[in-house]
Amino acid sequence: MHLLHILKALFMAVMLMTAIAANAEIPRPEVVEAEGKCVEPTDVMRRNHMEFILHQRDETVHEGIRTSKHSFKQCISCHAVKDDQGEYVKVDDSKHFCVTCHEYAAVNIDCFQCHADTPRSTDKHELRVNE
Amino acid sequence: MNKSTMKNNDALVDKKRRAILGGTTAAIAGMAIAPGIFLTETAQARPVDQPVSSKTRWGILINTNNCNDCNDCVTACQNENGWGAGSSDEKNSRPDQKAQWIRTVKVTNKETGYAKTLPMMCQHCESPPCVDVCPTGASFKREDGIVLVDKHICIGCRYCMMACPYKARSFIHEKLTDQLSYAPRGIGTVESCTMCVHRVDNGENPACVDACSDSMIFGDLNDPDSNISRELAKHGGTQIRADLRLNPGVRYQGLNV
Repeated sequence: MHLLHILKALFMAVMLMTAIAANAEIPRPEVVEAEGKCVEPTDVMRRNHMEFILHQRDETVHEGIRTSKHSFKQCISCHAVKDDQGEYVKVDDSKHFCVTCHEYAAVNIDCFQCHADTPRSTDKHELRVNE
Repeated sequence: MNKSTMKNNDALVDKKRRAILGGTTAAIAGMAIAPGIFLTETAQARPVDQPVSSKTRWGILINTNNCNDCNDCVTACQNENGWGAGSSDEKNSRPDQKAQWIRTVKVTNKETGYAKTLPMMCQHCESPPCVDVCPTGASFKREDGIVLVDKHICIGCRYCMMACPYKARSFIHEKLTDQLSYAPRGIGTVESCTMCVHRVDNGENPACVDACSDSMIFGDLNDPDSNISRELAKHGGTQIRADLRLNPGVRYQGLNV
C-alpha cells in the first residue's frame, strides 16, 4: 500500500516537472503592435475577435454591409507585419499577426484559404469606420 | 490595365466615393443643380451600414451588335477578381477545370449562317436553379437580385454547377495564394460572376461594364428611369433560355435573328 502511494507521488512529480519544462520551452508570442487605434479594446479583441468577424462576414456577404469596423480586410490592413526586407509577411510565416498567436494557442484557422493574408497596394483601404 | 493606372484609378474612385458616401445631408443638399433638381444618383446611394433591399434589382444589358470579339470584358473580370491568366493560380488544373467567371460564346443560326459572339456569365436569375439545389444554403440570391456563393458555407458538392443551365459556375480544385482582398476565393468551393458585388456596393459599375461601355449597360431593372430600363423599354432585350422562365438579370440585344 505504501509503495503504491510513493509510486503515485513520484509519478505526479515527474509529470509536473515535464509540464514545467515543456512550458519553459514555448516562448510567449511576440505580438507586433499595429499603428493607430483598434476598433475595440485589446482585451475585448483577444477574447471576442472571432465573434466579431463571424458576425460581420454574414452581414457583408448576405446584406452587402461593408463597414470597416470588424471587417476582416481592415484587420489585415492595420495588422500587416513587414519582414526585414520591408515586404509583408504571409501566413506561412510565424511572424504574421494572426499566425503568431494561433500557433501558440494551437488553433488552426482556414480564413486564408480564400482571404488575402496581406494588404495590397491596389486595395481600397476602407476608412469609413461607422462612427 | 497596368498596375499604376489601376492604383491611380483606385485613388480617384476612393476620393470620389468618400466625398459621396461620407457627405452629410448638407453636402447632398448642396449638390442640387437648381432649386428642386438633384443629382438623383447621389441621393439614391445606399448608406454603407444599411442592408441591400429588394427595391433594387441589378441587371446588365449587353448589346451584341457592338460586340467585336475583343475579350476585354473577360480580361477586365480577371484583373478585377484575380482569376485566370495573370494569376498564379490553378497550375495543375485542366483548361476545362479552371475558373471561368465570364467567357465569350459564339452562337450561329445554322439556317442563315448569322453568327454572333456574346459574353456569357452568371445570369443572376430571379428564380435561380443553383439556389434551389444547394444543400447548405451557400448558394443564395441577395435581396437586390445578385446571385452569390457564400464560400464560408459551401461544401463543394457542385450540385449548383449541374443545375445551372448557363454553365456559369466553376470549382476550385487546388490551393490558391495571392487572392485579392475584395475577391476571396479558395480550394473546395464553387464560384461564379458576383456582378462585382464589392464595386456595386460602393456605387460603381461591374468591371466588365466599365471595360466595355459601348455594349454593356449596368443598372437597376426596377427603376424605370435607369439607363438600362429606358434602353429595354425602347429597344427590348432577349433573355437566354427564356423558356426556362428563370427571368435572368442579364439581358441581350441583337440575338433575335
